[in-house]
Amino acid sequence: MQAVDFYEIIDNGNDASVIKLIGNITQQTATPLIERLVFLTKTKDLKSLTVDMENVTEFDDFGALLLVELRQNILKKKGSFSLINDTREIKQILSLVNFDEHKTFKPASQKRTNGFVIRLGETFIEVADSIRFQISMVGSIILCIFHGCKKPSSIRWGDTIAHMEKVGVDALPIVSLISFLLGFIIAFMSSLQLQQFGANIYVASLVALAMASELGPIMTAIIVAGRSGSAFAAEISTMQIYEEIDALFVMGFSPTQFLVLPRLFASIIVVPLLTVFSNLFGIAGGLVIGITMLGLTPQSYIGQTFETLTLFEVVWGLFKSMIFAMLISWISCFYGFRARGGADSVGNAATSAVVSSIFFIILFDSLFAVVRSYW
Amino acid sequence: MATDTIIEVKGLEARYGELAVLENVTFDVFKGEILVILGGSGCGKSTLLRHMSGLTEPTAGRVYIDNVDITSCDEERFQETLRKIGILFQSSALLGSMTVAENVALPIIEYTELSNSAVNNLVRMKLSMVDLQNYENFLPSEISGGMKKRAGLARSLALNPKILFLDEPTAGLDPVAAAEIDALIKHLNEQTGTTMVIVTHDLESIFGVAHRIIMLDKDKKGIIATGDPQLLKDESMDENVQHFFKREPRVAPYVLEEILDGFN
Ligand SMILES: Nc1ncnc2c1ncn2[C@@H]1O[C@H](COP(=O)(O)OP(=O)(O)O)[C@@H](O)[C@H]1O
Ligand SMILES: [Mg+2]
Repeated sequence: MQAVDFYEIIDNGNDASVIKLIGNITQQTATPLIERLVFLTKTKDLKSLTVDMENVTEFDDFGALLLVELRQNILKKKGSFSLINDTREIKQILSLVNFDEHKTFKPASQKRTNGFVIRLGETFIEVADSIRFQISMVGSIILCIFHGCKKPSSIRWGDTIAHMEKVGVDALPIVSLISFLLGFIIAFMSSLQLQQFGANIYVASLVALAMASELGPIMTAIIVAGRSGSAFAAEISTMQIYEEIDALFVMGFSPTQFLVLPRLFASIIVVPLLTVFSNLFGIAGGLVIGITMLGLTPQSYIGQTFETLTLFEVVWGLFKSMIFAMLISWISCFYGFRARGGADSVGNAATSAVVSSIFFIILFDSLFAVVRSYW
Repeated sequence: MATDTIIEVKGLEARYGELAVLENVTFDVFKGEILVILGGSGCGKSTLLRHMSGLTEPTAGRVYIDNVDITSCDEERFQETLRKIGILFQSSALLGSMTVAENVALPIIEYTELSNSAVNNLVRMKLSMVDLQNYENFLPSEISGGMKKRAGLARSLALNPKILFLDEPTAGLDPVAAAEIDALIKHLNEQTGTTMVIVTHDLESIFGVAHRIIMLDKDKKGIIATGDPQLLKDESMDENVQHFFKREPRVAPYVLEEILDGFN
């Protein structure tokens, strides 16, 4: 069927036309018709357009759309539009879609964009508000810890242990694998250089130092931020948008104590342990290269490792990882609590949590490096 | 199949694992009617709706929509049939990251070749149908529950479906908003002739809206009554049907006495 079948145009001279619509003007047929007729009215210089509905047998809101489009185009050119012979059914459909209101075309409005000053101000208020929120959160955490020291039973140890499992035990395979490969790569890369000087044995020192003081804590923290930081933010923001946190609050629970402390404690306990594993597996990765490529014996490699590593170096790494754990759980919970609106804010919270956590991990690591060099 | 039958459910069985929710459910839906499926919470109303609209495959039985067996037809016929139905979900199911207008425009852009300006006009007209013309640029999180239902309704009506499924359209709304939704449903049914299948436990709304009701029961796992709502209320001998209409709790009399004593 061709679109031509559905209409007939009668020219009355004097820039006036009558379009006679015929048959089914519904969803199935209207689309090509709209394109054709609108094109015709655009190209002809019409002063008045009359649409005759006498022979229309079926009509729905797509048909009404055709009329809306025609009328808008005619009115835009200061012409006149009229409808004749419309039956009661057609009138009903037209009133259902408020036909009389859609006389002028309103473009879909763009997202509101404010001026530079307004946006600057908005951003400033937002930042100030989030700083205020962070301060109050730190205060609330400290209060809760005091409270917990006075009354240890008020801390939710069950939740804490559950989180320790999720943050720690469940992350162990991936942390081990990545650290092993990391140690492997460092040893491999450095062996190419050190071999030239016959300094094979120092590969062990390099791997041990790099893992214990920098890469172990950082890699572990980044993995935990990606796995658990996002989970914290998603869990808490979901609770936030479903009013669960408000429910906790009115029941007299402190959301901080209920939600933040278990996650904070779990992370602080477990992330340093993960770091220990990371160090061990990193060194194991180096060991494989040492044995297979550098012709070292396991005894000499391990001996050299112990000789290089001081207790301070290891403890310093673990201390750093503890700080990273605090950062991750704090930042992630913060973004969780800040979530507002619908389900998409859960995704945003998780993304922001991971990105900010990693940023702050690196930032603090740099600070620690500076502190140590001036120590 | 009679010519005026648009959906035919035959021997439908639905189970979640071990738990059978519906057993041997058989009924027809006629063209242009408003059929209300009534029953208490948890009796399988949403489950039945999911099966009727092809979202879930039944463990046994068949569902015909417009003479197509959606439980066994090929993918192409299935997609074709899906285009004939619209669903208003219990939670409205608007996409949270899009404005009301963008939500309504989504199926129109996907399934028609209309120009941008025509899509725009059509979206406005659809929103006029549900009295939301001034909320085009609001996000779902910025409008009330009743408005969300109406926006969801506009979206499900976007492509003029022959059949509209509505899952508890008035649940969680205040009486005024609920009455508005009911009136809107009735109006749309009269004006567009769309067949409506409504699932609800809202007694208020059925008498005004339903042409016919089907009552489900949790223990019987199926239909216990079908027919005109007023007739059922006045004349049904079935104990469960009467319990539902009279809003009597189904507990033993002595328990009820104890509860009532507690109030005194
Ligand atoms: N995804 C599911 N898994 C297991 N059981 C379910 C699931 N969804 C619903 N049910 C069970 O099926 C029954 C019917 O549920 P539903 O159809 O949602 O009831 P209604 O909508 O009438 O309140 C309930 O007893 C519910 O516990
Ligand atoms: Mg339900």
